[in-house]
Amino acid sequence: MKKLINKPEDVVREELEGMALAFPDMIKVHFDPNFVYRADAPVKGKVAVISGGGSGHEPMHGGFVGVGMLDAACPGQVFTSPTPDQMLEATKMVDGGAGVLHIVKNYSGDIMNFEMAADMARSEGIRVLSVIIDDDVAVKDSLYTQGRRGVGTTVLAEKICGAAAEKGYDLKKLADLCRKVNINGRSMGMALTPCTVPMAGKPTFTLGEDEMEIGIGIHGEPGRERMKLKTADEITEMLALSIIEDPPYRRTMREWDEAKEEWVDVTLEDPPFKAGDQVLAFVNSMGGTPVIELPIVYRKLHQVCEKKGLKIVRNLIGPYITSLEMQGCSITLLKMDDELIKLWDAPVKTPGLRWGM
Amino acid sequence: MPITTDDVIEFLHRAADMLHENKEYLTELDSAIGDADHGINMDRGFQTILKKLPTVEDKDAGTILKTSGMALVSSVGGAGGPLYGTAFMQAGMAVAGKYELTAEDLLAALDAALKGVMMRGKSKPGEKTMIDAIDPAVTAMREALEKGATTLQALEQATIAAEQGMKNTIPMIAMKGRASYLGERSIGHQDPGATSSYLLIRLMTEMAREKQ
Repeated sequence: MKKLINKPEDVVREELEGMALAFPDMIKVHFDPNFVYRADAPVKGKVAVISGGGSGHEPMHGGFVGVGMLDAACPGQVFTSPTPDQMLEATKMVDGGAGVLHIVKNYSGDIMNFEMAADMARSEGIRVLSVIIDDDVAVKDSLYTQGRRGVGTTVLAEKICGAAAEKGYDLKKLADLCRKVNINGRSMGMALTPCTVPMAGKPTFTLGEDEMEIGIGIHGEPGRERMKLKTADEITEMLALSIIEDPPYRRTMREWDEAKEEWVDVTLEDPPFKAGDQVLAFVNSMGGTPVIELPIVYRKLHQVCEKKGLKIVRNLIGPYITSLEMQGCSITLLKMDDELIKLWDAPVKTPGLRWGM
Repeated sequence: MPITTDDVIEFLHRAADMLHENKEYLTELDSAIGDADHGINMDRGFQTILKKLPTVEDKDAGTILKTSGMALVSSVGGAGGPLYGTAFMQAGMAVAGKYELTAEDLLAALDAALKGVMMRGKSKPGEKTMIDAIDPAVTAMREALEKGATTLQALEQATIAAEQGMKNTIPMIAMKGRASYLGERSIGHQDPGATSSYLLIRLMTEMAREKQ
């Protein structure tokens, strides 16, 4: 293992210490339990938006804390979900009296830890709703697996919901918006190389010199297929078509019902993409892919979208939801409407994403 | 002979040692179908329990177990934290206020732990999880006690059933958690969670045997 670190067990803490020193105008960092929160938190009267997950996907989530995006982010150990005490303390810290939205990626650990935290926060009198992001079309089956994983759409949901919270959306309306982003967003990724969790010291999986994994997860979860390396155009087309031609997807999620005061199962279905749709196209680096390669992917993605009748109205290109030093990329397409475009364009000032202010 | 709170404390200490010794083994099992951290996480969690124990040593078994559960929840992360944490917290609720536990109390605690894991993980037997070790153990222990077995005999039956349950996960397809993404590729691997659950049940039995 060759990494620019001091001790493997200090990676998360020292990263947080560095972030706090680098961006004091945007964020503060709380230790034990660990969370990153907005420098001006709590914002009175505004719904707070919190996310979190294992570390190793930077800038997500800690780099997205600031005005117009997240109020707090809870980083777990690398690739390990954070614990409920982190989310509970973060929720208490940033609640401005209007309630807190938890944006949770669909991994069993994240779901369980966030559920426990939400239960604890509610028992302390804070309104909490949770929305689960599950957008990875590489996972086809929702009946016999944990279901689709939460990947690229998470970044877009955090930006859009953060903007909506600034504009005064109430908690219920914000949760509905987050759900809307989730069912309209789809992603798929691929890996050229594996990555190494610092504490493990060994790569999470192996790939031959001429092999790639199509449909990889952001923790190196196996995808749809392992195959011989192809060109950027061929890879991009494979990913893009898997997303664009993905059939309607149904899944059942557990969500908190405020009227019944209990967790209930909610079934949601994604509408498929169709010609004439406006989309946001997000080309993401898995961390190890050089920036020069991303426009090559975007170029082909643009062509495929055009051929399929999808109009790209906004884009995001760069390393935003990474997988340590993994080489590879992911593509996310989010169907946009006027509401989403306006919220996407709204000002944001975070260490990882900044425009308009 | 009833189980005292000293026994519960001793169990937690020895569980921490045992899981520390099995850290590599559990992590290796997890690397085949999971994210290669189960041993590391369990070790960290039980070391955290040891740090919390001095504050509850003179308390009832329920408080000791609930405190242990909270320690796991706040230190383990991943899926193992909420699942084992809920198991210990529910077990603690089942024996709240008690300073001496009968075999029936122990069964009630194990049963509550099982139900807690099923609720938290939205899971059931046959999905290649820790439930596949705990569920048969609870059934075997209940049947043994109904037939008039001693605590040790009932625990021995529970351990045999848990071991079989653990081995039964090998041909199963994983349907929960990260391993589920492997689909049929998860066949042929023993579930790490079922393994740690079996190891904990076996440790209870070993202690009961020594105390005979």
